[in-house]
Amino acid sequence: MLELIDVHARIGDTEILKGVTLTIPKGEVHAIMGPNASGKSTLSKVITGHPDYEVTSGDIRFEGESILELEVEERAHKGIFMSFQHPVEIPGVATSVFLKAAVNANRTARGAEELDAAGFLRSAKKNMKVVDLPKDLLHRSLNEGFSGGEKKRNEIFQMAMLEPKLAILDEPDSGLDVDALKIVAEGVNQLQTPERSVLVITHYQRLLDYLVPDKTHVFIDGRIVRTGDAALALEVENRGYQWVRDELGA
Amino acid sequence: MDEAREIVAQRGEYKYGFVSDIQVDKLPPGLDESVVRFISAKKGEPEWLLEWRLKAFRAWQKMTEPEWPHVTYEPIDYQAVSYWASPKSDDDKPKSLDEVDPEILATFEKLGIPLHERAALAGVAVDVVLDSTSVTTTFKEKLAEAGIIFMSFGEAVKEHPELVKKYLGSVVPASDNYFAALNSAVFSDGSFVFVPKGVKCPMELSTYFRINEANTGQFERTLIICEEGAQVSYLEGCTAPIRKESQLHAAVVELVALEDAYIKYSTVQNWYPGDKDGKGGIFNFVTKRGLCDGARSRISWTQVETGSAVTWKYPSCILKGDDSVGEFYSVALTNNRQQADTGTKMIHLGRNTTSTIVSKGISAGHGQQSYRGLVQVGKKALGARNYTQCDSLLIGSDCGAHTFPYVDVRNGQATVEHEASTSRIGEDQLFYLRQRGLSEEDAVSMIVNGFCKDVFKELPMEFAVEARKLLEVSLEGAVG
Repeated sequence: MLELIDVHARIGDTEILKGVTLTIPKGEVHAIMGPNASGKSTLSKVITGHPDYEVTSGDIRFEGESILELEVEERAHKGIFMSFQHPVEIPGVATSVFLKAAVNANRTARGAEELDAAGFLRSAKKNMKVVDLPKDLLHRSLNEGFSGGEKKRNEIFQMAMLEPKLAILDEPDSGLDVDALKIVAEGVNQLQTPERSVLVITHYQRLLDYLVPDKTHVFIDGRIVRTGDAALALEVENRGYQWVRDELGA
Repeated sequence: MDEAREIVAQRGEYKYGFVSDIQVDKLPPGLDESVVRFISAKKGEPEWLLEWRLKAFRAWQKMTEPEWPHVTYEPIDYQAVSYWASPKSDDDKPKSLDEVDPEILATFEKLGIPLHERAALAGVAVDVVLDSTSVTTTFKEKLAEAGIIFMSFGEAVKEHPELVKKYLGSVVPASDNYFAALNSAVFSDGSFVFVPKGVKCPMELSTYFRINEANTGQFERTLIICEEGAQVSYLEGCTAPIRKESQLHAAVVELVALEDAYIKYSTVQNWYPGDKDGKGGIFNFVTKRGLCDGARSRISWTQVETGSAVTWKYPSCILKGDDSVGEFYSVALTNNRQQADTGTKMIHLGRNTTSTIVSKGISAGHGQQSYRGLVQVGKKALGARNYTQCDSLLIGSDCGAHTFPYVDVRNGQATVEHEASTSRIGEDQLFYLRQRGLSEEDAVSMIVNGFCKDVFKELPMEFAVEARKLLEVSLEGAVG
């Protein structure tokens, strides 16, 4: 589904990704763990096409096709979704207005019929239950005044509505307490299908207790240095990233 | 380049203005008493009105142009302006839409202007267009049935002189300010509306519907009166870009609402804003004021201002009647080199009066925008309540937003609330919306619409649709 082939990327003059190679097949959950400033978030931004970043060499292929020339929204139309680490607020724009426009923009791009108001509400009600969001959230301005937990659950709710093929979850656990974390993980699990790939970027191992990855990759200094299964995540948690460095290092 | 700014910078050249190259019957430039007499005579005005003009002119001569607004412009040479141009004859007008510049028609299409209005806006001779004639005729019949007077100011002077005499200058006296004095001396034409006791005007009045609209010129004078219990919703302007012959537009609008009356005055203005360097655009210096004369009367000003090089106006309400209500809802957009110093004055005089101010300023390019508001509560205005919210949205880092709120309260039983915020359209916001599948343009549009929501919902429906489109067009990027 998603292939990164020796991707080098930079922001301004600084190279952040220094040759990332990664393949995520359909239906699998992959986790990326790494210390601060390793480039983990950059990875998600580069895949989604953030204009500040430039891919200097290598390729990113989605379902066999290179997406490097595609704009942010075009990549979204292909079925790539990102749950943001810090979801932004848009005052005055009701969550429902925004989400209906997004859902329909994607439907139109796929050649599917747009949802009308009633259809949208039905779908929304169903999906809000998955992450235990209160109904009145739809009427509130997007993310404005939402608690940390609500913001993260709102991201998963949007994922449910948009039904992406690839879901990149950028530190979905940051700022959450254990209970909120469980809800987010459970939500992702419930929504998982054999057609969907998930790339979870996380700092701590705990989330992966609930959202169990098929593969774990350790990310250090802009590259994947080690790949393993769920057990690798536990090892890193117990021994720290320095251990990984040492193992590689000298 | 900053993504958001790039989108907005592309609003760039004002492609939509058109200029008449037909010679018109015009006075040579210059302003003295003889010009005032000429105008009055040309319009066949009665003696009392000529005297009124002359008095205003003499007052104007003693006044100096104010310099306190937060705008800069080339000094206006009042002697270099022509103060009279007669309406174009029908022979010179296009005979049908086919003869109209296709680019103009494309704009009308973009802005979603109703078909039957396009002909009139393009200056097609009215009696040639069957559509608009029939629409207008039905309209006039309905108004006549209700006893509502709606005609040009010039016609009203001839047919209802007592009414004009009674109310003219009662809200904005000629000596009120420099531009009001100038307007009072040389005003060309405008609208006159009178709604009798207890009548609620059955439709929105739009300047388009006045037959013989022609070229109302740069000094419009409008007077709207609602007697006890009467109501009217008046729409001024339109989203279609208009290029006035003269740069200076100094209009005066007076509203009078008697007991239990309600006047809603909505403006959408998109006049030529000048080129990218700010040259040649229109100066929009307007005095608009409403008098809530009777108890429980209500006046609402709603405006969407996206054009003109310099905008300087403070639609205001004098809340004289007890329990009267004044409202001001505004969206102002300044882009490229536009400047705006705009706001409102709410003067609380009666008891238990209420005023609401919601001002949304959007600045982009090198636009400079100032909100200037006055909330004045008099000694006897017990129980006065005001709520003010003024928000600024900045797009890019070369524009400016400034706020000058004045609050002057003279009794201990008033409640005055003021909220203000300034924000930028962030790259983060745009990226977030695009990652959800929305295009750049749709993203900027969504953010701006969200920002203006509280004002748009106050606009009469047809204006609201046009205003949203206008904002989109004004913020249009060069996509691709």
